[in-house]
Amino acid sequence: MIPSKFDYVRPNSVDEAVAALKAGGEDSKVITGGQSMLPLLRLRLAAPSVLVDCARIDEMKGVKDNGDSVTIGAATTHWDVLHNDIVKTHVKLLADATATVADPQVRHRGTFGGALAHGDPAGDLPAVVLALDATMEIAGAKGRRQVAAKDFFVDYFTTAVGPDEILVSITIPKLGKGWGTCYEKFNRTASGWAVVGVAAAVKVEGGKITDARIGLTNCAAVPVRASSVESALKGASASAAEIEVASQSAAEGTRATSDLAADKEYREHLMRVITARAVSCAAGA
Amino acid sequence: MTELADHVAAIGRPLKRKEDARLLTGKTQWTDNIQLAGALHMAILRSPMGHAKITKLDVSGALKYPGVEAAYGADELGDLNGSVPCVWPVTDDMVAPDFPALAKGEVRHMGDCVALVLAGTAAQAADALEGIVVEYSALPAVIDMDDAIKDGSPLVHSDKGTNKCYTYKLQPQGDGAYEAAKAKADVVVKRRFVNQRLIPAFMEPRAVVASPMGTSGELTIWSATQVPHVLRVLLALVTGVSENKLRVVAPDVGGGFGGKLQCYREEILCVALANKLGRPIKWTETRSEDMMATHHGRDQLQDIEIAATKDGKLLGLKVDLIANMGAYLQIITPGIPLLGMFMYPAIYKMDAYDFSCIGVFTNTTPTDAYRGAGRPESTYAIERIMDELANELGMEPMELRKKNWIKHEEFPYTTVAGLTYDSGNYEAATDKAMALFKYDELRKEQVARRASGDKVQLGIGISTFTEMCGLAPSRTLGALKYVAGGWEHCTIRVLPTGKVELVTGTSPHGQGHETAWSQIASDTLGIPVDDIEVIHGDTRTSPYGMDTYGSRSLAVGGQAILRAGEKVVEKARLIAAHQLECSANDLEFDNGVFRVKGDPSKEKAIQAVAFEAFSAHDLPDGLEPTLQAESTVDPQDFSYPHGTHLCAMEVDTETGKSTIRSYVCVDDIGIQINPLIVEGQVHGGLAQGIAQALYEGAVYDSDGQLLTASLADYLVPGAPDLPSFVTDHTVTPSTTNPLGTKGVGEAGAIASTPAVINAIVDALRPYGVNDVPMPALPMTVWRTLNAARQGGK
Ligand SMILES: Cc1cc2nc3c(=O)[nH]c(=O)nc-3n(C[C@H](O)[C@H](O)[C@H](O)COP(=O)(O)OP(=O)(O)OC[C@H]3O[C@@H](n4cnc5c(N)ncnc54)[C@H](O)[C@@H]3O)c2cc1C
Repeated sequence: MIPSKFDYVRPNSVDEAVAALKAGGEDSKVITGGQSMLPLLRLRLAAPSVLVDCARIDEMKGVKDNGDSVTIGAATTHWDVLHNDIVKTHVKLLADATATVADPQVRHRGTFGGALAHGDPAGDLPAVVLALDATMEIAGAKGRRQVAAKDFFVDYFTTAVGPDEILVSITIPKLGKGWGTCYEKFNRTASGWAVVGVAAAVKVEGGKITDARIGLTNCAAVPVRASSVESALKGASASAAEIEVASQSAAEGTRATSDLAADKEYREHLMRVITARAVSCAAGA
Repeated sequence: MTELADHVAAIGRPLKRKEDARLLTGKTQWTDNIQLAGALHMAILRSPMGHAKITKLDVSGALKYPGVEAAYGADELGDLNGSVPCVWPVTDDMVAPDFPALAKGEVRHMGDCVALVLAGTAAQAADALEGIVVEYSALPAVIDMDDAIKDGSPLVHSDKGTNKCYTYKLQPQGDGAYEAAKAKADVVVKRRFVNQRLIPAFMEPRAVVASPMGTSGELTIWSATQVPHVLRVLLALVTGVSENKLRVVAPDVGGGFGGKLQCYREEILCVALANKLGRPIKWTETRSEDMMATHHGRDQLQDIEIAATKDGKLLGLKVDLIANMGAYLQIITPGIPLLGMFMYPAIYKMDAYDFSCIGVFTNTTPTDAYRGAGRPESTYAIERIMDELANELGMEPMELRKKNWIKHEEFPYTTVAGLTYDSGNYEAATDKAMALFKYDELRKEQVARRASGDKVQLGIGISTFTEMCGLAPSRTLGALKYVAGGWEHCTIRVLPTGKVELVTGTSPHGQGHETAWSQIASDTLGIPVDDIEVIHGDTRTSPYGMDTYGSRSLAVGGQAILRAGEKVVEKARLIAAHQLECSANDLEFDNGVFRVKGDPSKEKAIQAVAFEAFSAHDLPDGLEPTLQAESTVDPQDFSYPHGTHLCAMEVDTETGKSTIRSYVCVDDIGIQINPLIVEGQVHGGLAQGIAQALYEGAVYDSDGQLLTASLADYLVPGAPDLPSFVTDHTVTPSTTNPLGTKGVGEAGAIASTPAVINAIVDALRPYGVNDVPMPALPMTVWRTLNAARQGGK
């Protein structure tokens, strides 16, 4: 790997990091796990003047149980997220989705916050935080602000995190009783990116689905909620047959891209099939 | 003198590979590890275009970058701009365009070399590429082979007036013989199969260090190559550096699969520049460069027609290929399809065979050898069409094969293509494989799943393959117009302390030669495996050799080891007889010890003889000191391993995703020197063959942009994508070499691809599917299924 020349700083606190970003000017960039940044540097698609390494800022690491929600530091690695007991118990959907990210080497270095801030439409975790209505805490020169997941993902590789800002943590509300979840990922090789991914959380009471939240991966420039499936599911019986019918509208409101893995028609077909599978699995159907 | 443990036969033991500790921990010398004082690092500017005129090239801007010592385009390079050689002019009128290391005024594929920079560090060289000004004017590109041979197609080489490289024909029974056989047929099945383009994607990227500062003024080139010996000859011819002043070293090499059987542009440039500038030149490619500039493999359109009687007896086979050469010819580019030519009839008996091949230029990376080289293509086509014929005849596909294959009592057997197969037992391998696979049970399950309309259907795929390995004898290669020979060399030296140096002309790049060769020599000499050191891959220490490719190293090189060892023992016998005061005939040699027949107390170990040969105090008159011998063996013929491969596939009819449920293969490679190494070779080969069927394929757009230019898009499967293989073997010794061995390096890659595709087609047959393009990725299978369903309506 031979990137262009860059400077490198490793601050110890969020405030220092924000200051370093500002001092570095327009071309400064955050690096955390480097699993998306290094490929860009290697191909010289990015040529930052300064890299501000946030991987060792204590405040940005670890998992905290707040009672009705869970807060995860943005610099927590995928590996630490998916093996954390609080996450496994209260945000199982995130643990399950994180287990499908790439391979063990990438999971040991890549971070939860990095995966969200990068805004890759094929990333698995954006759909999860969208489905779970998470809130992101962002720090900048003017202080901290909270951004809801639905406002966080702006466009291809573009999020609400400004060029001089840092994603500090992610807070995810716990799902109450009766909820089941599932992340269903359709990929071509086991360590490959999602062609389509579906994050489903479904509440079942007395054999009927009473609430559903579905986030779609790689079905548009940003993760999207399959809202018409969500409404069609409400009141449906938790049976494979009814779920399949409700899932027929999964592609509504998406903007499927065409690439080597899937053209628009096939990707939309997959949205329906994979949504049905994810919901069935979440509903125990 | 060391105490001698009783020698246990080494051949046949699954010894762990002695080389693995250093290879797996990286505690060894890879080419990129080599750091020479004063070295200049080379970076290459490559064409981003498929086909274009270079309207402007100004390298002077690069010279302003820090650390840069020189920059060259073709103009600046002048006479140093050597051309990549092709050593296999398959026909007298073959069109062979010039292939300069740096493009002269026109680029013909994405990745073509345009200019280069030499700088103090690799990073400086890479940075300075940005200072080169180059302007292109796009020319129409031709990518599709059918298009390339149409009149009016854009030309890859306009001065040649055609995109056709050559037309080759083989009609062993004469013109019209196939038509006559076909006239008697009740059933004729014709198909076009597309054997897609693959990228070797070995683990260690190509790397070269060329140093003009050898101890005796020689120019040393270290290269991540499979073929140091072949490379030395070619580099001497291309660059003009005298062959005896050129030393080529292949240090430990991290995989090749044929992709490092080459004399590359970058190797030529490093040698020419080191020679001119008097400084070491180093170059290591990036993965992106590797994907577009290392030669590719396969890429054939296969029109195949098979004729049979209604009860399934084969009458004739006709094969018309169009083979993609890419933009230029490299070392054996045009010959690759011809290596497959002989193998289309495979294990089957029939009356007539008709083959033709058109080689075609396109604006793509040149093709050349890739694991199996021609035989995977032929095996795919014949094993696929056997299934289609069975379907047409309403026969069980294995029954059709049994009806037509050569029976074990019929060997040696001369096939319709004119080859004489040494030995084989297709019945035994098949019986064993079917039992391990539980063939009948799976067929029952398939019936049940079809009846219940299961969304996930089960398919069973068969491949009863054979292949030819050990490219030899030299006379045959000459008849095919291949410039080099097919022999192999070995020198064995027993040192004064009884340790052994075994010098081989084969050049391992992951195959475990050091262990296997030690096992052969150990049994011949009666000296423990651990006392044998295998020396390879350096033309200074092992001056003669034809290197490693085409499953030849054991099949050919093994014979030289055996013969050299026997010669050592013959010489040692003379010394032992002299000192034990008996005649050589009175000695028996067992487990490394010479004993006088009838008086076993009189004995001498070979290690002791080695010391006597060194001190030379008491040798027979006229016998030269030292205990060593060499042998160069040109084998009698090819050998023909075979096997039965069976694949059970689950195909999700909703998504088109195929998942292998089980894979069984029983290979017969004759005598096995080291069964553990054999198993490893089979596993790796299976992974690559399955990869062709399910995952890998190089894709270009119509302008010649390589769309699969990274490992994110070119899908090399990993362990989680593959099942746990069940591998087993039968043993039918080869009759063409004294070890009874056949090759195994390519078997898995050759056999598995059709087994996998046959399984998918079998799963989807009830929907009207009778072919699935490769790689059978989910979208492709889904589309194929949809088209068949609509066709059926
Ligand atoms: C081979 C491979 C396969 C992969 N497969 C998958 C997959 O299947 N699914 C999947 O979801 N992902 C996959 N990834 C991506 C992986 O999840 C990355 O770890 C993740 O996208 C980025 O996290 P990171 O910490 O490495 O970020 P970096 O690479 O360090 O940064 C990525 C981007 O985010 C910015 N950034 C990082 N952290 C912050 C922060 N705290 N605040 C503000 N900006 C920040 C950086 O400036 C940069 O622009 C794969 C990666 C690789 C290399």
